[in-house]
Amino acid sequence: MNSLPFDFRGASLHALPSGALWWPERALLCVSDLHLGKSDRMARRGGPMLPPYETQETLDRLAADLAATEPREVICLGDSFDDLAASRDMATPLRERLLGLMAGRRWVWILGNHDPGPVDLGGTHLADYALGPLTFRHIAEPGAAGEVSGHYHPKARVPLRGRSLSRRCFLLDEARLILPAYGAYTGGLDCARPELASLMGARAEAILLGPRPVRLPMPRQPG
Amino acid sequence: MANRPGPVIYGRMTRTLPPRITGWFTARGWSIHPHQHAMLERADAPCQLLIAPTGGGKTMAGFLPTLAELADGTHKGLHTLYVSPLKALAADIKRNLTGPVEEMGLPIRIEDRTGDTSSHTKRRQRADPPHILLTTPESLALLISYEDAGRTFAGLKRIIVDEIHALAESKRGDQLMLALSRLSTLAPGLRRVGLSATVEDPAAIAGILARHPDPCEILQADPGPDPDIAMLTTDAPPPWSGGGGKYAIPAVLEQVRKHRTTLIFHNTRAQAELFFHHLWLANEDQLPIGIHHGALAREQREKVEQAMVDGRLKAIVCTGSLDLGIDWGDVDLVIQVGAPKNVKRLVQRIGRANHRYNAPSKALIVPANRFEVIECTAALEAVRARQLDGDTDHTGPLDVLCQHILIRAAAGPFHADELFAEIRTAGAYADLPRDSFDRCLDFAATGGYALRAYDQWQRLVQRPDGQWQLRDPRATTRIRMNIGTIVDADKMQVRYQKTRGGAPLGEVEEYFASMLRKGDTFLIGGQIVRFEGMREMVVEVSRTPTLKPKIATFMGTKFATSTQLSDRILSMFRAEDWPDLPGHTREWLQLQRRVSRLPERDRLLVESFPHDGREHVVAYGFAGRNAQQTLGLLITQRMEGMGLNPMGFVATDYATLIWGLDPLDDPRPLFSRENLVETMEAWLADNAVMKRTFKGSAIIAGLIDRNQPGGKRKTGRQATFSTDILYDTLRKYDPDHVMLRITRAEAMRGLVDFGRIEEMLTRIGDRIDHARLARVSPLAAPLFLEPGRVPIAGAADQRMLEDEAARLMTAAGLPADHI
Repeated sequence: MNSLPFDFRGASLHALPSGALWWPERALLCVSDLHLGKSDRMARRGGPMLPPYETQETLDRLAADLAATEPREVICLGDSFDDLAASRDMATPLRERLLGLMAGRRWVWILGNHDPGPVDLGGTHLADYALGPLTFRHIAEPGAAGEVSGHYHPKARVPLRGRSLSRRCFLLDEARLILPAYGAYTGGLDCARPELASLMGARAEAILLGPRPVRLPMPRQPG
Repeated sequence: MANRPGPVIYGRMTRTLPPRITGWFTARGWSIHPHQHAMLERADAPCQLLIAPTGGGKTMAGFLPTLAELADGTHKGLHTLYVSPLKALAADIKRNLTGPVEEMGLPIRIEDRTGDTSSHTKRRQRADPPHILLTTPESLALLISYEDAGRTFAGLKRIIVDEIHALAESKRGDQLMLALSRLSTLAPGLRRVGLSATVEDPAAIAGILARHPDPCEILQADPGPDPDIAMLTTDAPPPWSGGGGKYAIPAVLEQVRKHRTTLIFHNTRAQAELFFHHLWLANEDQLPIGIHHGALAREQREKVEQAMVDGRLKAIVCTGSLDLGIDWGDVDLVIQVGAPKNVKRLVQRIGRANHRYNAPSKALIVPANRFEVIECTAALEAVRARQLDGDTDHTGPLDVLCQHILIRAAAGPFHADELFAEIRTAGAYADLPRDSFDRCLDFAATGGYALRAYDQWQRLVQRPDGQWQLRDPRATTRIRMNIGTIVDADKMQVRYQKTRGGAPLGEVEEYFASMLRKGDTFLIGGQIVRFEGMREMVVEVSRTPTLKPKIATFMGTKFATSTQLSDRILSMFRAEDWPDLPGHTREWLQLQRRVSRLPERDRLLVESFPHDGREHVVAYGFAGRNAQQTLGLLITQRMEGMGLNPMGFVATDYATLIWGLDPLDDPRPLFSRENLVETMEAWLADNAVMKRTFKGSAIIAGLIDRNQPGGKRKTGRQATFSTDILYDTLRKYDPDHVMLRITRAEAMRGLVDFGRIEEMLTRIGDRIDHARLARVSPLAAPLFLEPGRVPIAGAADQRMLEDEAARLMTAAGLPADHI
């Protein structure tokens, strides 16, 4: 796998092309913002009836990452379900698929703003989770150090000879690491927008997803 | 709608006009045109189509029977519905109809209803409709979506579709005809009238207009005298490339001075803006000249329209927004800047001049670049030969049908069988298979997925009596907000800053706005403005004294050159010499023939040469911009497979230029029909053009929302995601889904235009000529200046990104070794 290794607060981490974070030393895989059941939630609320395949698609990709890394521990960094009803209403085959992925490893559900309560799928439910030099939580907190979070669905736009390329990305500075959204039906927030630009330090970097993840200074100019 | 003296033919009339109407004509010394009589005579026919040149009194011909029927004041409620493709046209007709009706003293109430009408007036119109309602296809679709549509339209007798030629081949026309199928049910005996400019195939339009299988009578008015039309010659030769026509400004000003009122047409808004800007810089006499195009704010457009009606303007720089039959009064010259991409459009534009029956129209064409000199010459020949572009067969698209089903559901419960029968009365849907209808109904009801995930949330549910209805009546709001078939790129409003009064200037595409940085200057409304920032999805600007703007790249619709025009150009190339062409263009063609060769109709010329450190290939397919673009995508795909490392291409109406790292030895395998068809199949599934087409159809069909209730627009927050993902997901998990079928059908005849590529490949067979040259050929040179270059997203993409990342990391003093 074309993963990109990088150091963060003394931990040797890998950005995977899928947007997952791999910590070999602890055999830990972390994914953020799966938003399982998003199409179901939208249809339930009378919104558009989107192709109801995103949960399957997201679990397929997760299964591939699990098979490639064989982690002992998995952290889902919040907004794993598009809402709590979506976790309850999950179709039986998909539920069994997910339980199969969880079997035989420690599984941590970090609470997110979309799924603020426990889901009845087993695993451990935590608001945040400290592990060695790192703390895992859904939304970045001011002044945090060694924090790994999600929530913002960051993406970056890079101008390349007269055009620009926009990709989902990890954001990284001395204090924090923000993961891209892993779910299929998730948009992105440009890292040049104030919410992210002001959150990240002056020397922040972005790791763009793709066939081979690419690391560069975090773009701060829109466009 | 002036009627000048002519032969009076009262004797042939079977219907007598009320004296108040005949008296009005007589008092002005005017008579009624023969075709106006004919329309009146046959006013009881279920369907009439009038073909008349612009200025032929078409609109009056359409309305006379209505005025006659309403003259005694006994009709209650709506009598005649008038539908035009443009809001401005509806307003214009209202003005031009109200005057005579008042002068005749007829008891007729006339109102218009468009997107600009206030919601108060709209509500009142549904409860208490006027005798004559002037509207647009979208506003009509909205009207039939209301539960009380049956009451509103109960007494409707006639519907007049103006400028039907402009609607006939479009989705707006399809939506309109579906609305008419509904109206014919609500108001049995409704008579349909179509008014059309000169077209090649009136029967095709009649077939779309009539309630299937009713007949439609076609009336042809006298086409009038031949237009007086020529190419504007200038001292300076046109530039090699570009579309602005800036070089011709002194000559254009000279013409404006010599005529009463001149319309100056451009093919795109950006070109109109630039031209207008330069025109004013050169306008030493301060001639009153205005600008009009669809991206300008309504207030701006109305100001120009009023000035025009009042005769206060010497000229208007405009685009297609002025293309249709608006009666602007005293226009005596039309100037077309840039080659008209099809001949029909040219003829209709010429019709704007001398808006009087039986007076020849006067028009000048300004070629914008060297190649357009050839294109213009060919177009002029076609006009003189009265050869218009042919119409293609039109089958009603299913995305519009999906929207219509939702509109029908918003109006109340329905039986599927009855709706199916009603839809098949629309000409374009006359052959609609039941299976397709059922799939569209299923899509509207449940999403139509192979995985039945939404059964408990479906949008339409079937009642015990078999009728379909909305599960949640509140869904009507969402359906009504998303009515319409025009899918534009997202637009953002441009305004002056609040401190400067905040006056609206117009719109730019969101994509364009997203590229602006504070201090950037661009043209809008003929003025250069400075970008100050965004505020709540509004682009705020200030005035600036700058003379050179960063060019506005928002575009009008791009038309491809018609097959007929391409063929004429190719046959011109066969001549020994071109004594009629201006010297510069003639020499250019001669040089091309000397150093390479000229393209021929039944052969494909492929040139290859090194330039600027890269290898280039040019294929002169003359298949129109869309097809040439598809050809570029297909050929580069094959080149990538052959290891030729293509890096990008650019397409024009006549050629595709491809650049890459390695030279091409033999083009034959690249262009073989089998290879291209095979590549097409693989490629079609996965490319940006398909995704763009999918997005358009998904919005029309109601898979995704164009507008959301509550009025909050998406602002690029993390809640929104690209429709590309939906396309990919469907392809992977539900490849037979109806939206994918729609997308494919749509792309094949639209942006992909594979039909024209196939036609070209069949025509050329294996007659491919490869000219290997030492450098750029004369004909290829302008291609290097073309905008719209398409980079190949492949291995090279990742390589460039990695190079750029390394550069940036190094520049920032960061370690770049692990990239």
